[in-house]
Amino acid sequence: MRKFLLALAWIGVTFVAAGMAQAQGVARIAADHAAEIERPSRLTIGPVIDQLAGSGDPMAARLLEAWVNKALGMRKSDHALFLLAPDPAGYALTDLTGAAAGTAGTEDIVELKPNAGVRGLIASALVQFTLSDPDPAKRATALTSIAQDPRAESLAPLRAAIASEPDPALKAQKRRLERLLTLRFDPDPKVRVAAMQGFGADSGLDLRAALTPLVATTRIAVTASPQDRNILRELKVGRDLTPEAAYDLLVADGSAPARISHEDQKKALAAHIEGGMVAGIPLADLARNAARDRAYTALEAAGQVPAAATDDEVAAAVAAHRFYEVYAEPDPAITTAAEAALKRIGLKVGTLQVADLALDGLSLAAIYFLAAIGLAITFGVMGVINMAHGEFITMGAYTGYVVQQIVPGYTAALIVAFPLAFAVTFGAGVAMERLVIRHLMKRPLETLLATFGISIALQQIFKNIFGTQAMPLTSPDWLGGALTFNDVVSISYIRIAIIVLAALFLGFFLYMMKRTRLGLEVRAVTQNPAMAASMGINPDRINMLTFGLGSGIAGIAGVAIGLFAKVTSELGTDYIVQSFMTVVVGGVGNIWGALAGATMIGGLQKAIEWLNPSNTLAAQTYMILFIILFIQVRPRGIIALKGRAAGD
Amino acid sequence: MTDTISSRSKYSGGPGAGPRPAAALPARGFFARNPSVLWFVLILTLLVLAVTLLSPAFGSGAMSTSFVKTLGKTLCLCLAALAMDIVWGYTGILSLGHMAFFALGGYMIGQWLMYARTQEIVVQALSAEALPPTAGEVAQGVASQIFGVVGGSDMPLIWSFAHSLPLQLAMVVLVPGVLALVFGWLAFRSRVTGVYLSILTQAMTLALALYLFQNDSGLRGNNGLSGLQNLPGMAATSQDLISIWFFWAAAAALVMAYVLLSWVVSGKFGSVIRAIRDDEARVRFLGYPVEGYKLFVFAVTAVICGVAGALYYPQAGIINPAELAPIASIYLAVWVAIGGRGRLYGSVIGAALVSLLSSWFTSGRVPSLPLGFYTIDWVDWWKVLLGLTFVLVTLFAPKGIGGLFDRFQGRRSPDRKGAPLGPDQGSLQEKEAVE
Repeated sequence: MRKFLLALAWIGVTFVAAGMAQAQGVARIAADHAAEIERPSRLTIGPVIDQLAGSGDPMAARLLEAWVNKALGMRKSDHALFLLAPDPAGYALTDLTGAAAGTAGTEDIVELKPNAGVRGLIASALVQFTLSDPDPAKRATALTSIAQDPRAESLAPLRAAIASEPDPALKAQKRRLERLLTLRFDPDPKVRVAAMQGFGADSGLDLRAALTPLVATTRIAVTASPQDRNILRELKVGRDLTPEAAYDLLVADGSAPARISHEDQKKALAAHIEGGMVAGIPLADLARNAARDRAYTALEAAGQVPAAATDDEVAAAVAAHRFYEVYAEPDPAITTAAEAALKRIGLKVGTLQVADLALDGLSLAAIYFLAAIGLAITFGVMGVINMAHGEFITMGAYTGYVVQQIVPGYTAALIVAFPLAFAVTFGAGVAMERLVIRHLMKRPLETLLATFGISIALQQIFKNIFGTQAMPLTSPDWLGGALTFNDVVSISYIRIAIIVLAALFLGFFLYMMKRTRLGLEVRAVTQNPAMAASMGINPDRINMLTFGLGSGIAGIAGVAIGLFAKVTSELGTDYIVQSFMTVVVGGVGNIWGALAGATMIGGLQKAIEWLNPSNTLAAQTYMILFIILFIQVRPRGIIALKGRAAGD
Repeated sequence: MTDTISSRSKYSGGPGAGPRPAAALPARGFFARNPSVLWFVLILTLLVLAVTLLSPAFGSGAMSTSFVKTLGKTLCLCLAALAMDIVWGYTGILSLGHMAFFALGGYMIGQWLMYARTQEIVVQALSAEALPPTAGEVAQGVASQIFGVVGGSDMPLIWSFAHSLPLQLAMVVLVPGVLALVFGWLAFRSRVTGVYLSILTQAMTLALALYLFQNDSGLRGNNGLSGLQNLPGMAATSQDLISIWFFWAAAAALVMAYVLLSWVVSGKFGSVIRAIRDDEARVRFLGYPVEGYKLFVFAVTAVICGVAGALYYPQAGIINPAELAPIASIYLAVWVAIGGRGRLYGSVIGAALVSLLSSWFTSGRVPSLPLGFYTIDWVDWWKVLLGLTFVLVTLFAPKGIGGLFDRFQGRRSPDRKGAPLGPDQGSLQEKEAVE
C-alpha cells in the first residue's frame, strides 16, 4: 500500500513538473538544468533535451539549434544562457524568451561546445521541429534523418506533422515513416501488429530493416523453464548447439568458471613439475588429456592452481542447464506478427531474386552465345574444332583497345572497333583456313592440335606485344549505370547491350542461313559436301567463308567481352571451354542449338552461384560435372541434327 | 630396328605374295618383335651410368644437383608421354586430361610428404616443452601448420590417410585410376568419341583444376603443397643424394613401363586397340567389347600417369592446381605428336626433347637472335616457335621425329592404291598389317 502511494505521488510530481515546464517555457527549464547544459554528457543530457523539445515553447527550436551550432553561450557573471550572434563588440545576445539582451564582450561569455555525441542527441530532438519547416528540402532531410536513426521520441512529432504537410510526396513519405515507427515504438501492441499487417507484401528495405530487430534473439542458459520470456525454441545440446558453445553461454552469464584451455592447463602443469612428476603423476603419462585433467584436479585440490573447469566438470555444468533461444522483444504477439511479415517479405523478395537471377542468367547466356556462335558455325559446318577461337576473341578485344587509343571519343571508337575487329579476325580466320585447316580435312584430331599450336603462338605473341598487364577497354558513358526496377531487380546497361547484340546476331544468322544464297550453300555443304560440290557449289569457298565468318564473330564478341572484362592475353582462354561446352550441350551445326546451350549453361551457372554465392569456382566445377552427366542423357546435344546430316 | 631387312622384304613382295597370314608367321621372341626395347634399355642404362658418374653424390660433380633433378623430372614426363602414346597413338583417344592424373598422383604423394615432414617439425618443436605432447596437440599443430595459409586449422577428411606411406601410395594408384574409370565409363558408354571426347576430357581437367583452386578444397587452394623435396626422416640427407635416388627410381619406372607396354602392344591386345583407333565401328561389329578395351586403356594409362606424377613432384618440390591446367595436358599431346605417335620410342623422344628444349629456352640461357630491326628474346618467343613448329609438324610431318626412323629403316607407308590410310596418318600403321 505504501509502495502504491509512493508511486502515485511520484506520478503526480512528474505531471506537475511537466505542467510547470509547459507553463514556464524554455527559460525555466534551462535555468533548472544550467549545470547539465553547461557540461553535457551524452548519457545524462537526454532527459533535459527531451524536456526542452517537449516544452511546446517556440523558443525550444531556436535554443536547440543554437546549441548544436555552438551559438549558445553562458554569461560568466550569472550563468544565464543566451543565444549568440556575431557583433562588433563581441556577441549580440538574445535571451531565452526571444528578447534582445544587448551585447557582451567575448571575454564575458563562455561558448557552449557540446561534443559530437550530445550534438547527435540535440539534432535528433531538433528533427521534430524541422518536420514542419516551411522549406520542403529541410522537411525531406528531417525525414531522412529519422529514417536513418529511428527513435521512439520521433513518433509523436512525426504524427503531428502529417496533417499539415502540403506536399503529397512528402506526405506519403511521412505516412510510411510513421507506420514504420509505429510498428516498432507504439506503446499499444495491437497498433503495432496492425501496422505490420498494413504493409501487406511490401518488400522495401526500410520495412525489412524495421522488422528485423523485432525478431532478434539471444541465447540464454537457465536451470528452470523461463516462464516470463518470449521463447523462440529450446536448444538441445548436441543438436542445436555444441557443448562448447553451451558452456560458453554459462561462462558469459557468470554461472560457471571459465574453461581452462589446453594451452593454459599445460602451462599450469609445467609450472608444478616436481622431480619428474606433476601431482604424483609421472611426466611420461601426461601425453594424454585424461591424465592431464587428473593432474590438474589434484593440483586444484591442493590449492596450487586456480579453479577451472576441466572436461568432465564442463559436461556436468552443461547437463545441469537448459538452453533457450529467446526474443529480445517480450510480447509474443509482436514477434509472431513480425515473423509472419518477414516471411511474406521473404517470399516476395525470393520471387524478385529469381527474376533478377533470370536477368543475370540471360546476360551470361548472351555472352556465352556470342562467344560460342562462331565456334558453332565452324564446328557445325566443317566439323572443325578451332582451339584458337579463344585467341580470336582476344584479338577482337585488343583491336578494340588499339582503336580506342587512336580514335578520340569512346562512342566513336566503339563504332569503329566493331567492324574493324570483325575485319581483322575475319582475315585471320580465312588465312588460317587456307594455310592450315584446308590441309587437315578429315583429320579432326590433328586439326584440333594444329589449331592449338596456333593458339599457343598467338597467345604468346599477344603477350609480347601488349604485355601481361590488363588493358582497359572503356565503355562510353551511356553504357554506364544500371536499369533498376526496384531494390532487388536491376541490370547494368552494358549487359542489356550485350543481350541486344546477341539477339542481333541471332537474327542476322537466321536470316543469312534461311534467306540468302550463301546460307543455302552453307547448309548444303553441312549436310553433304560431296553432293553439294556436284551441284556446282564450291565447298572450299564455302568453308573458307564460314570459317572467316565464325572467326569474325569471335572478334566482335571479343570487343563486347572486353567492355566489361579486363583485356589480357588470356581473355579468350577463359571463355573457350565454356564455348565448347555451349556447342556440345546445345547440339552441333545449329544456331538454335548454340542458343539453347548458352541459355542452359548461363542460367545454370547463375543458379549454382546463387545456391553457393561465396564460391564462383565451385559453381564452374559443378557446372562442368553437370555437363559431363548431361552428355550421358543427350550425347548429341539438346538440339541434335536428324537424319543423314547427323553423319556418323 | 634389327628387322629392317625382313620388314622391307615383306612389303616389297609381288602382287601374288601379299602379307602372309598371322598364323603362318614363325614364332619370334619378344625382343625380335620389339627391337626398340633393347636399344631403349641400353641407351637409358648408359644415361643412368653417365648421370651417376657425373652427379655430385656419386661422381665427379660436373653435373649440378638441379640438373640431375631436371633429368629425373624429364624421365617422369617421358613416362607420362608413354601413357599418352598408348591412349592416343595406339587407341586413338585424344585425351586432354592425362596431366590431371599426373598431378593427382603428385598430390597424393605430396600429402604424405607434407604431413609426415610437418609432423616431424611439430613433434620436435613440442618436445622442447616441459610436458610430453598429446596426440591431439600434435595433430592440431600439424593441421594449423599446413592449413594456416588458407585460414584453416582442421585436417580435412581427404587427409585421413596422409599419416601412412603405404596407404597414400595406394592412393597414388587408386585416385587417378578410379577417377579415370568413372569418367571413362560415363564417356565411353554414351559413345562419345573423337573431338567430343577431347573436349570432354579437357572440361574434366578444368573442373578438377578449378575445384582444387578453392581454398576449401582441402588441398591448400592455389598455394598447393610445398616442401615436397624434403623427405620425412631424412633431414640430414643432402639433396644431392635424394636427387640421384629419384633419378634412378624414375629411370627404373620408365624402363619397366617401356618393357611392359611394349609387351602389351605387341600382342593381341595391341592389335585390338590399334584396330579400335583405325575403325572403331568395325571392331565392334567383329564382336570385341570396344568400350571395355578403351576403358581399360584409359584407366591403366591414368594410373601410369599418376605414378609418374608421384615420382615427379618430390623432385619439383611444389605442386599447385596450375599444374592441372588443361594446357599441361595439351603439351603432353604436343610432345607425343612431335616425337611420333603410335610408337613408344617416339613419345619418349618427343617428351624428352621438347621438355628439355623448353626448359632450356625459357631459362634465358639461349642467346638472343638479333634481326637488325628487332631482337628475338627466346624467353618471350619460345612458345611462338613451339606453337608454329607444332603446326608445321602436324601439317608436313604427321609422323613427327619417328618418321626419321622410318626413313632410316627404309620403311614406307603401305600402298593402298589411293584408299585412305585411316583417320590417323600420324600413327605407325603398317606393321600390324603383317603381325
